Amino acid sequence: MSGSFIQPLAGFVEKTFVITEFEIRKLRHDFTELITRALQPALWLLIFGQVFARSGAMNTGNIPYLDFIAPGILAQSVLFVAIFYGINVIWERDLGIVQKFLVSPTPRAALVLGKGFSAGIRSLAQAAIVYGLSLLLGVKLNWSPLALLNVLLIVILAATLFATFSLVIACIVKTRERFMGVGQVLTMPLFFASNAIYPTAIMPDWLKIVSHLNPLTYVVDALRTSMLAGSTSSFGLNHDYAVILLTTTVLVLVGARLYPRLAS
Amino acid sequence: MNETVLEATALTRRFGTFTAVDALTLSVNAGEVFGLLGSNGAGKTTTIKMLTTLLPPSSGEARVAGFSITTQAVDVRRAIGYVPQAVSVDGSLTGYENLLIFAKLYDLPRGEQQTRIKEALEFMGLTADGGRLVNQYSGGMVRRLEIAQSTLHRPRVLFLDEPTVGLDPIARDAVWKHLVDLKTNYGTTLFLTTHYLEEAESHCDRIAIMHLGKIAALGTCKELETSLGDNHTLNDVFVHYAGSAPDAGGTFRDVSAERATAQRLG
Repeated sequence: MSGSFIQPLAGFVEKTFVITEFEIRKLRHDFTELITRALQPALWLLIFGQVFARSGAMNTGNIPYLDFIAPGILAQSVLFVAIFYGINVIWERDLGIVQKFLVSPTPRAALVLGKGFSAGIRSLAQAAIVYGLSLLLGVKLNWSPLALLNVLLIVILAATLFATFSLVIACIVKTRERFMGVGQVLTMPLFFASNAIYPTAIMPDWLKIVSHLNPLTYVVDALRTSMLAGSTSSFGLNHDYAVILLTTTVLVLVGARLYPRLAS
Repeated sequence: MNETVLEATALTRRFGTFTAVDALTLSVNAGEVFGLLGSNGAGKTTTIKMLTTLLPPSSGEARVAGFSITTQAVDVRRAIGYVPQAVSVDGSLTGYENLLIFAKLYDLPRGEQQTRIKEALEFMGLTADGGRLVNQYSGGMVRRLEIAQSTLHRPRVLFLDEPTVGLDPIARDAVWKHLVDLKTNYGTTLFLTTHYLEEAESHCDRIAIMHLGKIAALGTCKELETSLGDNHTLNDVFVHYAGSAPDAGGTFRDVSAERATAQRLG
């Protein structure tokens, strides 16, 4: 590989981390968000999960229902953290912050990926919460270092994916009101048309097809395989990773293309 | 000192059928303080956005610091600083952190970052407040921090969109004192928009008055005043070329953006 190729790439990676640092420093000054974010997964696991586990309505094979949905709820809370990420960019646009970043020589893709990646770091708190709750509820977790590393990576990648998706939407709609509308409309279908809280096997055929086009399905599958002791993947972990990485790459490229729209 | 640092040739921007900037041609010398005046909606902000590479022109060309804004945008970005009209520092970070992020984005050598940030804070009179969160700053301090942030990399041209809008007279004077220092110490060229005529009169070497996307008049304040005959003020000049006083006109969006900035800084 030639030096002329490595240098811009190194610059891109470095700038991506500077943007991530910018976001993480903000979080350091205000922890309250992390605490309020903990509430939602707790409600889903402690109330919804417990009730459905008792009803025995879902056939989740040899895995108890609570174990089944723990990774699903982690994926869901990562989705919820990430999907409203675009609102920050709209806020920064209404101020002059986006303009200031765009006038700097920073590659546009680094501006987008850096923001997305910071959602990934934020989401690690969600992973800690779901693990804590799972312990409390007696979910049989896989504690091997490799499994934990996979969970860490999948959570970061998934949040990056959905945060970047959110940024793309923000670049298109540009105003807070429209963004909130679109965000609400997208979140629930993404969540319900996935294998997060029920297996795809019990879905009607049309929904099965939709769920196979939904990146969240692959996130849940990867998390379920890695988090639980004795769980097998529906698609294969490599396949899950490939779908997640490819989708993220496409979204970052689209986002980089659309990001300058925020300045006009 | 007659080196040209900014040159626009027939620079034009259309939005649909509306022409916001219409064949704008002008040049600015290195070390000059150049003021772009005009009512709200005259095309000042669109001009600045094109010159700072935020908005591609529909036609025409401009060179800033020797680089083309259309084909060498990244080189232009390295050579300029920009202070938008709206607040552009992050309130949830400290002043120091706001500067640190930009020191890194502009590739200041790692060993120099701390000295540069310290100098910039000192230069803008913010040394004591570097560690405080920016949302506790006063409006004048925010503006000074924004200028510090935009000049860390010692740009050749600093663009400022309404740098003193929403500030009280004392804060405005302080901002101007620091801008003049920048020019004196580093030879930074200042290209700014304003609709405070008294500021244009006391600080700008030359001004251009924009009206309906075109340059209606260009020269030193003195030249423009005497061109109308004896005993004319800059306000007369403005009314003559732009048709009305500078605070008239503008769309709902212009006015609400300006008031929002004033409120955040005030």
